[in-house]
Amino acid sequence: MSATLSTQQKPPTSEPTGTTPALQLEGVRREFDERPVLRDLSLTLEPGATLAVLGANGAGKSTLLRILATLLRPTAGTVRVLGHELPREAWKVRGHVGLLSHEPLLYRDLTLSEALRFHARLHRLGDRTDERIAELLAAVNLSRAAGELVRNLSAGMLQRAAACRAVLHEPDLLLLDEPTAHLDPEASDLVSSLLAPAAGRSRVLVSHDVQAALGAADRALALRPDGSVAFEGPADQLSPGDARAIYAGRA
Amino acid sequence: MTAFRVILAKDLRIELRTLESVPAMALFAVTTFVLFRYGLDRSSLAGGLAAGVLLATVLFAAIIAVNRLFVAEREEGGFDAIRLAPVDLTALWAAKAVALFVYLLALELIAVPIFAAFFLDSWAGIGPLAAVLVLVDVGLGAVGALVSSLAASSRARDLVGPLVLLPLLVPLMIAAANAAQPLLAAGGPSYGDVGKWLLILALYDLTFAAIGYAVFDFVVED
Repeated sequence: MSATLSTQQKPPTSEPTGTTPALQLEGVRREFDERPVLRDLSLTLEPGATLAVLGANGAGKSTLLRILATLLRPTAGTVRVLGHELPREAWKVRGHVGLLSHEPLLYRDLTLSEALRFHARLHRLGDRTDERIAELLAAVNLSRAAGELVRNLSAGMLQRAAACRAVLHEPDLLLLDEPTAHLDPEASDLVSSLLAPAAGRSRVLVSHDVQAALGAADRALALRPDGSVAFEGPADQLSPGDARAIYAGRA
Repeated sequence: MTAFRVILAKDLRIELRTLESVPAMALFAVTTFVLFRYGLDRSSLAGGLAAGVLLATVLFAAIIAVNRLFVAEREEGGFDAIRLAPVDLTALWAAKAVALFVYLLALELIAVPIFAAFFLDSWAGIGPLAAVLVLVDVGLGAVGALVSSLAASSRARDLVGPLVLLPLLVPLMIAAANAAQPLLAAGGPSYGDVGKWLLILALYDLTFAAIGYAVFDFVVED
């Protein structure tokens, strides 16, 4: 998948937009029906930095993203996103986070431009709405599909549209769950550019492309299949080989 | 207010485009009238029986819309999308309640004339009956949107919706039947206790609107 992510410029960790960490997690645990999927997770991410999250299927990566997006509550522990404690201050975080998950979060019976306009209005983009939508659709080569119903878009087009939706409101924190899934190399390049590091934008990147993810990240978090933390630290201190051993449950 | 308008406009646009709820409700209502006409073997109804046939039909047709109200939010990620935005989540409940209210008004514009043509000797009670139906629709909208959101997050959603909704609507239906009965009386409408029952309907609507406003956040949050 996202080979292009590895070619992106390193995130500008030296240019934070503020002093408040983008993420502060302390002893976070999440259970589903008393089955833990995340165990004792602690980490800090500086503003403007990128965190790569690695782990086998079911290790809790998507659950972590949903917690950070304010869509799930942690069972235990403390979560602060952009300086605000969740879930108590979730309303302060919403609108500053962009989530690109496995679901495009676009209504299928709206046209692509209607669906993006719906999100733009919820995020109160105001007069900039049409200009911003046109700019984003052009960036991912979807201008000609603006009038198509979302249900008629291919998987790759949907993924590009979802990327536009995730960055529409210029969020301070981007949560990316396999952002280049379903994409051909050309489309993957377009989406990677759209989601690339930018001044003041922190990113959490979930990917199974270990090398690319580590290449694009400042910090790395590797989760064991049981949801416990195998590694948390600077991305350049985790080798792709070690990461693969964690995937296999050997580390 | 912006979020409310945006979500409501989206729902009405999708309904106009797909025609998934109102035509199904109207077809259900017309079929039910035909069944009642031949099942009761009566070509003319009045009073409590007429009110019962009309209100039961509207109620069961409403369940079709209630079951579909949050389908897009559940299946197309609408719940997540709206929760990611800086909006008061009660806007979602209010928009859904008003959308359901609009669907019911559209249904009644089709179904009530057909009901009158099938069963009523006189159309004189239809005008004042509109006030009863509007208050019923407000109550159905407020309760239906709340129950539909509850059911949407349940695995047995097709069961949970009607099982929770119908008991909550019993007081609404009792008040509506008592208000509609004299309006559909043989020999023309009378207005004796109608005002009292309309007041009870309005109180029911206000109560459930307040409950929906107060609890919806807790229903849709994890």
